[in-house]
Amino acid sequence: MENESGALSRVAGLFSARGYNIESLTVGPTEDPSLSRMTIVTRGSDEIIEQIKKQLNKLIDVVKLMDLCEGKHIERELMLIKLKASSNHQREEYKRLAEIFSGRIVDVTAELYTIELAETSERIEAFIGAVDSKSIVETVRSGVTGISQGARSLVL
Amino acid sequence: MELTGAEIVVRYLKDEGVKHVFGYPGGAVLHIYDAFYRQTDVEHILVRHEQGATHAADGYARSTGKPGVVLVTSGPGATNAVTGIATAYMDSIPMVVITGQVPKNLIGNDAFQEVDSVGITRPCVKHNFLVKDVADLAETLKKAFYIATSGRPGPVVVDIPKDVTADKTEYHFPKKVSIRSYNPVVKGHLGQIKKAVDLIYTAKRPMIYTGGGVILGRGAESLTKLTQMLGFPITNTLMGLGAYPATDRQFLGMLGMHGTYEANMSMHHCDVLIAIGARFDDRVTGNVEKFCPHAKIIHVDIDPSSISKNVPVDVPIVGSVDHVLKSMIELFNNSDKKIDKTALTSWWNQIDEWRAIECLKYDTSSGIIKPQYVVESLYQVTKGDAFVSSDVGQHQMWAAQYYKFNKPYRWLNSGGLGTMGFGLPAAMGAQLAHPEDTVACITGEGSIQMCIQELATCKQYQLPIKIICLNNRYLGMVRQWQEFFYQGRYAMSYMDSLPDFVKLAESYGHVGMKIEQPGDVVPALEEAIKLKDRVVFMDFITDREENVYPMIPAGAGLNEMILV
Repeated sequence: MENESGALSRVAGLFSARGYNIESLTVGPTEDPSLSRMTIVTRGSDEIIEQIKKQLNKLIDVVKLMDLCEGKHIERELMLIKLKASSNHQREEYKRLAEIFSGRIVDVTAELYTIELAETSERIEAFIGAVDSKSIVETVRSGVTGISQGARSLVL
Repeated sequence: MELTGAEIVVRYLKDEGVKHVFGYPGGAVLHIYDAFYRQTDVEHILVRHEQGATHAADGYARSTGKPGVVLVTSGPGATNAVTGIATAYMDSIPMVVITGQVPKNLIGNDAFQEVDSVGITRPCVKHNFLVKDVADLAETLKKAFYIATSGRPGPVVVDIPKDVTADKTEYHFPKKVSIRSYNPVVKGHLGQIKKAVDLIYTAKRPMIYTGGGVILGRGAESLTKLTQMLGFPITNTLMGLGAYPATDRQFLGMLGMHGTYEANMSMHHCDVLIAIGARFDDRVTGNVEKFCPHAKIIHVDIDPSSISKNVPVDVPIVGSVDHVLKSMIELFNNSDKKIDKTALTSWWNQIDEWRAIECLKYDTSSGIIKPQYVVESLYQVTKGDAFVSSDVGQHQMWAAQYYKFNKPYRWLNSGGLGTMGFGLPAAMGAQLAHPEDTVACITGEGSIQMCIQELATCKQYQLPIKIICLNNRYLGMVRQWQEFFYQGRYAMSYMDSLPDFVKLAESYGHVGMKIEQPGDVVPALEEAIKLKDRVVFMDFITDREENVYPMIPAGAGLNEMILV
């Protein structure tokens, strides 16, 4: 997308005005300062996805659009999760879980662990499922970003 | 040459070839108005309400194919313009709307007459801009005109803070414009066009269905040529009237909710449907589950998102209507295949049987003025050559059904948004663009009151519009639905305390007439047309409870019409 003020609200407005569902939306700068890149996760029948793509392409600020699901791709989501970890048992358990899920413990206090996990949404869900729900203090998830595998690329 | 932002706006409009701007002054645009004052190249038309400005610019655009231009102030100026912007957006009308904005340092401060114009208009424009630097102004205006007039046209808003109109910079008219993310398709894909032609050769019961896109895409001539070459039946949507001569035998009338029996039945029974510049609107398809159940569908449209949006199609062609039609004509001319003439003859026999029902016949024996008769008489008196605008409701449908448009750009109505109040200002725009032609506004006593203040604008600029008010003392279409679907509970559809329209017209300096007898209809219209340089307000007291027929009730298929 053009890195213009208002571009984000054009996309978000399109989804709400046409009743499409946004599961997640991430946006950030690219190597070209005039462009920003947005990853949207949405759900719908093939016809609806087709309409969403056409409608997005119609927006003047949208420079190029790619449906990552049409080919092999990598998706990642970042989660930071703050867990109660006051007992030795809890601390050992979460350290082990972090290792299994390739996460990192990024903050430690006497009572709390904060774990960082950059994974697919499914693996993040699995991690959340594996911890005792009563010990979750806070979670924050970035939403999904993605990139296609191999030569297929979203570049100008 | 160094100019202020305000001078750049006016100078740019001149260089762009704009002759008329419709607007209303206010604090945020005072610099721009001052720049207007100091030149004579671009004429500013002072309306009486910003909604009127947008509809007038819209009528100007619809009747000429050129973009309409609007200038309004910030805050209420911009919000008043929104209805007209949305009207243009729904019907894909090219328009550039310049809105004043509070100075940059006050944006976001809840300043006097501040509103987020870019935010408010975002869902109803093709694109919009906030100009933050006078150095970007000329290029932004260039982009605005380019976007508004290319591809599928539409309104573009350019919001200019007051300080930007005072700042100075070097002005050059930008000769070229390119927007990397915007490259509208013009040429249709030849492979797809060939596929369409092959499919058309297999047709036994073909049908051509065309919409406003043919008019906007300047494809009326090619459409007429192709249709006559093939000998196929054709129907137009409400927005598409005039793209094919309505008096020609191959024309089956309008289709859809209040379309003719023959058009809708032909749609329902056709085996190949050729849809051109039309968007399968719900008022056209009725119940989509029951729409054209036997047909393979070809769809030509410049907007890819219109294709397979409501109805899945078999042969999509993205491209400019005129280009695709010309390619088709060439392919048919160079092909040795033949249209199945025997099948076509029996198809026409069937259509003629449907036509023989005469679904638009109405009672002419009562002593009361029938609204249909007024429209038919207007058609006779103007020899079908007038520009006709309408408001929204029953009168709009009667205008579409009974005025036979043989030429494009003559029928101006708010088809998509259905905006009451559109008719009078739209007629002003058309009259300004066509000073020598007859411009009639067919309206109702409800709609006309929504923008009646523009009678003053007509006086000021001597725009001699003929207003045909079909006065049934009801919000007729609302009343009709209440009669059919709410057991006759006429909630709020009765128009009480109407003004004396004759006196009202006279108070604005116009001619007013009240017509109550069927025998007076034609003489009144003739007299009004003779008053070449006067606005004439004709208040026709019509049958109170006349309904628009045929009608397809919501949820029904095109073959399930109520005839009378």
